[in-house]
Amino acid sequence: MKRLLILGAGTAGTMMANHLNKELDRHLWEIDIIDEREEHYYQPGYLFLPFDIYEPEDIIKPIKKFIPNSVNLINDKIDKIIPEENLVKMANGDQLHYDLLIIATGNDIAPEEIQGMKGSEWQKSVFDFYTFEGALALRNKLREWEGGNLVVHITEMPIKCPVAPLEFTFLSDSYFKDKKMREKVNITYVTPLSGAFTKPKATATLEHLLVEKNIHIESDFAIESVDNENKKIIDYGGREIPFDLLVTVPTNKGSEVIARSGMGDELNYVPTHKATLQSKKHQNIFVIGDATDVPASKAGSVAHFEAEILTENILRYIAGEPLKEEFDGHANCFVETGGGKALLIDFNYTHEPVEGTFPFPGIGPLRLLQESRMNHMSKLAFRWIYWNMLLKGTHIPFISTTMQEEGKHF
Amino acid sequence: MEKTIAGKSVAVNEEGYMTDLSQWSPEIANELAKESNLELSPRHFEVLEYLQTQYKNEVPLTIRRVGASGVVDIKEFYALFPAGPLKISSKIAGIPKPASCI
Ligand SMILES: Cc1cc2nc3c(=O)[nH]c(=O)nc-3n(C[C@H](O)[C@H](O)[C@H](O)COP(=O)(O)OP(=O)(O)OC[C@H]3O[C@@H](n4cnc5c(N)ncnc54)[C@H](O)[C@@H]3O)c2cc1C
Repeated sequence: MKRLLILGAGTAGTMMANHLNKELDRHLWEIDIIDEREEHYYQPGYLFLPFDIYEPEDIIKPIKKFIPNSVNLINDKIDKIIPEENLVKMANGDQLHYDLLIIATGNDIAPEEIQGMKGSEWQKSVFDFYTFEGALALRNKLREWEGGNLVVHITEMPIKCPVAPLEFTFLSDSYFKDKKMREKVNITYVTPLSGAFTKPKATATLEHLLVEKNIHIESDFAIESVDNENKKIIDYGGREIPFDLLVTVPTNKGSEVIARSGMGDELNYVPTHKATLQSKKHQNIFVIGDATDVPASKAGSVAHFEAEILTENILRYIAGEPLKEEFDGHANCFVETGGGKALLIDFNYTHEPVEGTFPFPGIGPLRLLQESRMNHMSKLAFRWIYWNMLLKGTHIPFISTTMQEEGKHF
Repeated sequence: MEKTIAGKSVAVNEEGYMTDLSQWSPEIANELAKESNLELSPRHFEVLEYLQTQYKNEVPLTIRRVGASGVVDIKEFYALFPAGPLKISSKIAGIPKPASCI
């Protein structure tokens, strides 16, 4: 028997376990998947938890439920990978040999990268919403907060789901309006980028929405430290922004496993071939999801498109055939804009998000880069799709793996 | 697009970033620096040279990488090229605007 080992049972690892369980010859291959957690967290839900839109039970389910019975789930912490020996060392001392390895260990926040960020005000007036604990603590804070300067802040790029901080900003505008206290809150959006988003056309649309919602934007802000005593953030150029409530997205880094294994770049991302998803260093190692260094968005939708291509490439690799250079960086994200509306963006390595219709060219029903209720309903429906289709590796009807150019206004 | 800088015609994009590094020269850098109200010192040129080498080796540039390079730390990088150091220094170095972001 040969062994295919998947590290991480989050979005990407779970999808790969389901795909490969169906595709691999199970007389020849054993499949194991490892995660230190027992619970699968639906991370897109972290955006809604602080505003009491979702409850914790909407976003947490047992990992076991999503892993096929014929795949062996190991519940333990991974210490490191020793690629030269095709070995994975567990924190409990066990060693696992593999013939093929898939790294899907995701990424996490690293607030300790910025001086003072995890200081005395952490989870008092300085919060993150990129972790379950952070989103929950922020919910409790928002329930009793009486207003003042709300600063929503991105530390540095890349971060997963790069639109989430903007969505948080829009949703907070709605939240305070609903609570009849919008006039007591100044909202400032602080970004290291030169504008609201990373791609020009979407930036123009999103900046228009910020103005409309009376949200102030501070761009090109490269944070140096958080001053806990005087409650302000300070950038390398000396610019200071005061806050009463700081909601920050700290530096995102790949898993510590990657650092301990000496396999990552300075942010612990594994150098990965961007079209095939094979590791650049080791032929029998493939990387998927937030763990890679490919220049695509770090998002569940991206992992979904990657999984379809990676499955095919694993089969090709086993058969000794050349890999398919097909992954185009396709990403597809709903952007919550508040007030029960959302926009939809669809893009890849080379094409920025533009206006148009999706998924049927000229018909829709979803409209790209324009606010609508239909898009918002789809974003909420995404949770159902995630639990019931995405994780199980079911192909989502009408949505192609590579980006479609038809029906878009380039 | 073509633009005349320091008496030479060079290829630039809409945002004024040079599109052909082989046309770059220190004289052109000095002219480009003036557009950002900067006077270049030898220290600036050390940083520009580092950026160009990284670009030629196809290493994507980020502020964090520059800061960890040993050539200059983030604080000094900001002091040399205030406001948006990576964007301004890339422009003066004759390399594309960094696509730091996705
Ligand atoms: C606030 C927020 C909003 C988002 N919104 C969206 C959205 O609207 N749409 C969208 O498509 N995406 C969204 N995302 C992004 C999406 O959730 C991630 O991109 C996706 O989950 C990445 O999947 P992954 O498998 O690469 O990583 P993960 O799902 O994070 O899985 C990694 C797994 O590896 C395990 N692991 C790591 N290290 C070890 C170790 N040493 N030992 C054992 N196990 C280990 C972890 O426990 C984890 O289960 C959002 C993310 C956030 C934070």
